[in-house]
Amino acid sequence: MGEGGNETVLVIGVGNRDRGDDGAGPEVAARLRAQGVHAIEHAGDGLALIDLWDNHSAVVIVDAMVTGTTPGTVRRFDAAAGPLPREAFAVSSHALGIAEAIETARALGRLPEAVIVYGVEGESFALGAGLTSLVEQGCLRVVQDILEETACGLS
Amino acid sequence: MSRSQTRTRTIKVDDLARVEGEGHLSVRIRDGVVTDIKFGIHEPPRFFEALLRGRMFTEAPDITARICGICPIAYMLGASLAMEDALGIRVTGPLRDLRRLIYCGEWIESHVLHAAMLHAPDFLNKQDAFEIAKDHPEVVTKALALKKLGNEILEVVGGRAVHPVNLKVGGFYRAPRKQAVKALIEPLKRAIEDAVALTRVFGSFDFPDYAWDYACVSLRHPDEYAIHEGRIVSNRGLDIAVSEFADHFREEHVEHSNALHGMTRGGEAYLVGPIARYNNNFSQLSDLAKETANMVGLREVCVNPFQSIVVRMVEVVYACEEALRLAEAYEVPDASCVEAVPGPGDGHGCTEAPRGICHHHYRLGDDGRIVQATIVPPTSQNQKQIERDLLGVVEANLDLADDDLQWRCEQTIRNYDPCISCATHFLKLTVDRG
Repeated sequence: MGEGGNETVLVIGVGNRDRGDDGAGPEVAARLRAQGVHAIEHAGDGLALIDLWDNHSAVVIVDAMVTGTTPGTVRRFDAAAGPLPREAFAVSSHALGIAEAIETARALGRLPEAVIVYGVEGESFALGAGLTSLVEQGCLRVVQDILEETACGLS
Repeated sequence: MSRSQTRTRTIKVDDLARVEGEGHLSVRIRDGVVTDIKFGIHEPPRFFEALLRGRMFTEAPDITARICGICPIAYMLGASLAMEDALGIRVTGPLRDLRRLIYCGEWIESHVLHAAMLHAPDFLNKQDAFEIAKDHPEVVTKALALKKLGNEILEVVGGRAVHPVNLKVGGFYRAPRKQAVKALIEPLKRAIEDAVALTRVFGSFDFPDYAWDYACVSLRHPDEYAIHEGRIVSNRGLDIAVSEFADHFREEHVEHSNALHGMTRGGEAYLVGPIARYNNNFSQLSDLAKETANMVGLREVCVNPFQSIVVRMVEVVYACEEALRLAEAYEVPDASCVEAVPGPGDGHGCTEAPRGICHHHYRLGDDGRIVQATIVPPTSQNQKQIERDLLGVVEANLDLADDDLQWRCEQTIRNYDPCISCATHFLKLTVDRG
């Protein structure tokens, strides 16, 4: 991507560091930020994501997911091409998650041109716990993938 | 899909969607008669009151804010007011106005989130808000703009939108910059228009036919529509100081729920929240809020709980106007807080959280440490009334098929915007028709 403004790829790490593997998104964002990538952490309401990416043409979102596969497994979704599997990114019965935010933005014409979502399969979401080791390894793979992906421009 | 009234029906929802926290509902119907209704909260209790013991009085606002990510101001202010009561200080003038301003922000973001994104789908036969976004993009666009503005008010006054950090016993750590508050003025003017427009949309919904003579309990203040200060009143003649709360209300453990059930000392259910406030204090709403209510067919007393979505939006109109008034009048105060000297005391605080009154009571030791803490959140207080509503709604709709009856039950619960996380400190639904 080009320099500055709307052309900068924005990475958003979604999750809560105080809830075990839910901290995967923030962990990836922190590691990328340390390497000069425009990366922010976001906890709380998914709908606020729409405001965060409003002025960006390309966004990468990292979130923990629960699909029942091996913890630490990384999946990459092209959300600009179609909806995410909502059940994988269900967050709570009240707050809306990234799948809902993406579909709301798509309906409103407020979805960036490129939206890539990385999901890291979580194992434990215990209060006050850190990342489990498999998820930490998954995060490192996502960091590497995003560095490579943003270096060559998002597809 | 049986509609038979001569056998047993069971409606069960294991995890209720579009509510805050983890709850469940079960309804058992035998031979056309509702024999059992349980609205339970299975989110584990969090023991906030116990972990407050031994902490300094200054820590209570930040600790209790963590009870809820949607309404932290209710907790921060309730705790602060109680501590100020215990230590004999009062926060008045511009600092009191700033508290009202940030509380308006919380009402706006919480009410709009619930009304537009979580409750409106019930009336439009949609599963989710983004289905509304496809058919009615202007509704969701306005709702997102309002919610964003509510968050901005929290950021400007409170330092950040989720779990603000700038509130303390006695006032604020730092007074917000004048320029930042004044920057809210133009967006608030637009927000008033958006709030009126959304109220009109929601006011046109087809509301299920149901009425109840609620015992409405709310704050009342002589000079304003009560939000963050007042006496506790009811439409049954109650008029008490905040400190007398426990003399008139109690909480009880019920086997099927991790949340306490609130009731009057006489064991009666009562209602807190938007409808209770509206019914008790209608005359103190702004002219525009009253006109908007009138325009969508609300009377001065609302008895249909399904219209709570509209009452909520009328309160958003009011909160936007009130926030505008406060932002226009804002001058940076000389001091950001009133000093609080540690010491012993016993204090009460009560404010109108978006879902209803939230009561705090603390006892402090000689060194200002918390000896005892009791917090009664609005959802606990509403639980008994929610079950009573469910009974009435199910009895009135026995001819509905199970799926439709379940939908109506969930809609009934969402009338309350229940905050289950707060109350355990909601939903599985089962309808058992045999």
